Amino acid sequence: MLLNEMLLLGAVLFCIGVYGVLARRNGVLVLMSIELILNAVNINLIAFGAFHHTVIGQIFALFVITVAAAEVGIGLAIVLLLYRNRRSIDLEQVDLMKG
Amino acid sequence: MLNAIIAAEAAGGAVAASGWFLENAWLVWLFPAVSFLAILLFGKRLPRGGSEIGIAAVGASLVFGLLTAIQWISEVEGAGGDSAEGEYALGKGALAAAADGEASGGVSALTRSITWLTNGAEAIGAGIMIDGLAVMMIFVVTLVSLLVHVYSTDYVAGDRRYTHFFAFLSLFTASMLFFVTASTTLQMLVGWELVGVCSFALIGHWWEEKPNSDAALKAFLTNRVGDMGLIIGVSILFFGAGTFDVIGVNEAALNGSMSHTVTLAGALCLTAAVISKSGQFFLHTWLPDAMAGPTPVSALIHAATMVVAGVFMVARLYGVFFEGYTIGGASINLLALIGGITTLVGATLAFVQNDIKRVLAYSTVSQLGYMVLALGVGAWTAALFHLFTHAFFKACLFLGSGSVSHAVHSFDMKKDMGGLRQAMPHTYRTFMIAAVALAGLPILSGFWSKDEILAGTGGWGLFGGTDANGAYTAMLAMGMITAALTGAYMTRVVYLTFFGEYRGHGTPHESGPRITVPLWILAGLATVAGFINFPAGFQLVPKSWEEKFFHWVEPIGVSYFPAIKHATPSWSLAIVSVVVALAGIGAAYRYYFVRVKAVSPTATELPDGLTARSSLARLGHRILVNKYYLDWLYTTVIVGFVKGPLARAAYWTNQHVIDRVVNEAGTRSVQAGNIVYHKVDQLVVDGIVNSTGKISDSSGEELRRMQTGKVQQYAAIMFIAATILAGIFIIVI
Amino acid sequence: MGDFLNDWGLSIPTFLPIIGAAVMLLIPKDREQLHKLIALATTVAVAVFGVLLLIQFIDNDDYGSLNFVVDKGWIDVIDSRYIMGVDGISLPLILLTMLIVPLCVIYSWNHFPEPRNPKAFLMLLLILETGMIGTFAAQDLILFFVFFEVVLLPMYFMIGVWGGENRRYAAIKFFLFTLFGSALMLVSFLALYFLADPVMVGGELARTFDMRLLPEAAAGIAKSSQVWVFGGMFLGFGIKVPMFPFHTWLPDAHTEAPTVGSVILAAVLLKLGTYGFVRIAIPILPEAAAEWAPFIGLLAVIGIIYGALGCLAQRDLKRLVAFSSVAHMGFVMLGIATLTDFGINAAVFGMVAHGLITGMLFFLAGSVKERYHTLDMSRLGGLLVQAPRMGWILGFCAMASLGLPGLAGFWGEFPAILASYNPAEVLAEETFRSYMVVAALGTVLAAGYLLWMLQKTAFGTPREEFANDASIRDATASEYLAWAPLLILILALGVYPQLLFGATDPAVVNSLNDCLDSVASGACFDAAAGR
Repeated sequence: MLLNEMLLLGAVLFCIGVYGVLARRNGVLVLMSIELILNAVNINLIAFGAFHHTVIGQIFALFVITVAAAEVGIGLAIVLLLYRNRRSIDLEQVDLMKG
Repeated sequence: MLNAIIAAEAAGGAVAASGWFLENAWLVWLFPAVSFLAILLFGKRLPRGGSEIGIAAVGASLVFGLLTAIQWISEVEGAGGDSAEGEYALGKGALAAAADGEASGGVSALTRSITWLTNGAEAIGAGIMIDGLAVMMIFVVTLVSLLVHVYSTDYVAGDRRYTHFFAFLSLFTASMLFFVTASTTLQMLVGWELVGVCSFALIGHWWEEKPNSDAALKAFLTNRVGDMGLIIGVSILFFGAGTFDVIGVNEAALNGSMSHTVTLAGALCLTAAVISKSGQFFLHTWLPDAMAGPTPVSALIHAATMVVAGVFMVARLYGVFFEGYTIGGASINLLALIGGITTLVGATLAFVQNDIKRVLAYSTVSQLGYMVLALGVGAWTAALFHLFTHAFFKACLFLGSGSVSHAVHSFDMKKDMGGLRQAMPHTYRTFMIAAVALAGLPILSGFWSKDEILAGTGGWGLFGGTDANGAYTAMLAMGMITAALTGAYMTRVVYLTFFGEYRGHGTPHESGPRITVPLWILAGLATVAGFINFPAGFQLVPKSWEEKFFHWVEPIGVSYFPAIKHATPSWSLAIVSVVVALAGIGAAYRYYFVRVKAVSPTATELPDGLTARSSLARLGHRILVNKYYLDWLYTTVIVGFVKGPLARAAYWTNQHVIDRVVNEAGTRSVQAGNIVYHKVDQLVVDGIVNSTGKISDSSGEELRRMQTGKVQQYAAIMFIAATILAGIFIIVI
Repeated sequence: MGDFLNDWGLSIPTFLPIIGAAVMLLIPKDREQLHKLIALATTVAVAVFGVLLLIQFIDNDDYGSLNFVVDKGWIDVIDSRYIMGVDGISLPLILLTMLIVPLCVIYSWNHFPEPRNPKAFLMLLLILETGMIGTFAAQDLILFFVFFEVVLLPMYFMIGVWGGENRRYAAIKFFLFTLFGSALMLVSFLALYFLADPVMVGGELARTFDMRLLPEAAAGIAKSSQVWVFGGMFLGFGIKVPMFPFHTWLPDAHTEAPTVGSVILAAVLLKLGTYGFVRIAIPILPEAAAEWAPFIGLLAVIGIIYGALGCLAQRDLKRLVAFSSVAHMGFVMLGIATLTDFGINAAVFGMVAHGLITGMLFFLAGSVKERYHTLDMSRLGGLLVQAPRMGWILGFCAMASLGLPGLAGFWGEFPAILASYNPAEVLAEETFRSYMVVAALGTVLAAGYLLWMLQKTAFGTPREEFANDASIRDATASEYLAWAPLLILILALGVYPQLLFGATDPAVVNSLNDCLDSVASGACFDAAAGR
């Protein structure tokens, strides 16, 4: 079974995603990085599902994909509004929540 | 409330009194109480500013009081046709006779009460207790009050608060009458404080000036200190006897159902109240200050009635005091000692005063001391007899001084008086009569009552002695010294006010009839009041005239009054006491009427005092010149020493030590208040509360720095935390 | 009439104010006159109900037990029921509330504090009334708690919105303090619920919050637990009283609150705490009360002296009156701590008297402030010259407050002192006798600060800055109208205390659990164990 390889792939994707979320200043790229993280999770779910011969992993992956789609939709809408209001999607400048 | 209970105490062989006026004696205080409200509500609209209501009400009370007195007297005379013999046996045979019930024929007090409050399903009553003592007090209070009312219509005429003045006079009269007719200690407490507040309001009548309101405050607060004693004392006696009833408390003290410790504790606490209210040493300092009030008030409240409340209370609860202090058979006790010291202190202090009212105030202190002394030595009737006569002559003196000040617009004897004899003949004559009565010369009233007190001490051992409750020789000595001092200081007052030449401004005139008539009435009473109680065995009058006051006032053969012994009158003692008083007067007379007058008619003292004569060389010569220095001894040493260093020292002590303590106590408590408030309350207690808030606040302040608003930073924190948690998870599992 | 009152006599006056408030909610804000009329009509209607209740109560002639009892299901899940009822202890306090609130409406008729807004102000007042009446009438712990808390919020807003300069601080302090206490109190209530023996309700055994049943049900709780449960209540009620050292919210709240707020706070709100002791803590947990009593008594006498000393240090008239409340409530607590019928009667009398007198004093302070725009006593003076009637009323109230016999204050103070000479048998006499002496000393200090206050404000001549101020006038009609009933009651209760003692005594005797007398002998435990 290719479980180890699959897990390794998931881990690499996850790390790339984390790096993207934390380091990129562009809002769209951050959203894309989140997609990477979610897909890393999906790979893990499916790999384990196959390893245990159940479909539960795949069902969960489908859920995650659905949620991810919704998330990207809302995320992009926010980024779009941000751009309309500020003419920039640089996340460094967005600190309205500063306490 | 309507189902009033008539609880006639038919204890022992005593007969319960009855009669319409006695049963409805609560009306005597109701009249002035209603008058108080009426004056407050309508007084200003009436032509005489409400004084007519007050006079009418007090007049009604006086008439009612007189009728009550007559009814009481007829009860007493009717019940004990030969009670004179019965009680005489009591006097000789003492306690045993009372225990056997031989002394039947006495009349016990009439009490009536309604439920005032209930507690623990037990009713606590309020009502009236009418006996000779109450009747006597009603008479004194209403009579003096009525005269003062009449006097005031002239004296305070045109005052900015004329109406209020009369309203408070009414309230005072009502409170005092409520107090003297009270049937329970609780009621007495109520009346006690009410008269105090009236005194406060009237001393501070001219409250625009700070010294007046200061004096009022001082009076109230000093009294309040004593009231503490009263509150605690009443509580102790309530639980000791299980009742507030005066009769019940006395019975419990006398028949031993209340332990001696409790009785003594109660008596001690009540003594504290007496000390403050009746101006006894060492809480007497408020009384002279209280002279800041209008003079009629001083006459009514601070001479004749309110200040004797303490004396009355001791007399009312005599069972407690008699048992508590074990007065019978002793030679000293706290009550007598306080009275004795007070009477001396008051008399010496009266010498150095220039304000005529202050002299009279100290004199009142001294005379109150006399009464307390008398109660302390067991001379119950003598104390009340002195209260009775003192009310008249002292009120007369105060009103007289008011009349003088009305004419000269001052109370300062040295600066603004002198030689008023011709200008104010009525005032002069009445003042003289009252002064002589105060000095205790026969046949004026003061002589009879003072003599009874001295006899009552039982300290006189010559010519058979007087055979009283104990042998209070020290008290007799104190009383004697005071007798001399009293004569001397009154001579000084009389000289400075009425003799010599006028030192003030303008031409003084005699006051109008509304002032002089009350003066004459009081002077008349000051003359004859003593005849009401000729001593037993006094051969100059018919036997039926003897000891009337005693028969009418003192409860005999009842369960709530101790079986006290009565002193045998002594001619020798009477003569000695008169001689002593005359000596005092004579010494002062030589000093003022002869020597000071010789210097100048306007002089008020000798220019050369004790200091001018000290050389040994001239001594022999001087002895002859000065008639063996008897003259000098009388005038300079005795009068001078008493008048000078001693009195001054006493006054200094009074002003700088005792008064200081009082004042210090006041300032210190304010300071303590400041410290407690600013340091403890605001810093510590409130500080703890606030610092709790501050800590949460500042920790929040620190934490909010993490809240940068940058989403990525949050995400980073989240990842780090997740990593750490994952690490922990892996390591632990 | 009697049946109607028996069924609805308590519920209607309790909820009528809140209905009035709801009606006002529907009316636009700018119709001020209408708002005032509605508020007045509602409160007067409640007061009329109060009079009817009183008449019926006298007619029933059963002061010792609960009258007008309503017992309906409410929250069945936790066995909490809607139980209302009044006896001789709560009746005077309910009537006091019903009297004070309309007077407050009348008083504020023409002078609403800034920022005005009569609609909101009066609505809060009405909600307060519901909470206060409800607290005194509730006979179920949860119901009691709900009403107890209903009072909190309107008062918070009243101080926070209409208060003085430092109002936010004061309001928050008041709120947090009280809430803290309530939380512990609720824990105690729940502990009682779980620890007490189940009782028979409607034929089946169940746990209960019913105050009428709990005294018996709670007898079986172990003494150590009782002490803890009592401790929670002690904090909850003690903060509300307020007892030293939890009193610091009081001066701030009083000083900052608008006049009407201060009046209600002093007249009624403080009584919720003492009432809680008398109604809940002591009857239900007598053994714990006996354990706590010396401690409560100690705090009470400290409060008496401490409050008096605090007063002596004040320059602000209103703050002085506020501190005097600490001292007066000390007397009330001392009475309660004696655990005797005399002491608790005195306490209830003291609550009513303090409500009337201190309420009056706050009214006066408000009126003085309105005229002089300051309450700094070093600047005041000569009130008797400029506004003589107000000055006399101030003097009258000061006398009443210092416990002058013949006025109401005396009957709260003296019997409390008296009772501490002879506390309940289970308590140490020596301890309480020393408390008595200290408390008696407190009466001297009370006379000191009140007369000093009177001298500073009323006596003397007015200062230059106010001497020619034409706006300083004597009391107005609405002031007289608001004050007269209080003044008359102060006098009437003082002259004839049976008016109040007659009502409270049977109830107090009933509520003093029989256990209390037998705590010492341990008979109480045996009885509980035997059941």
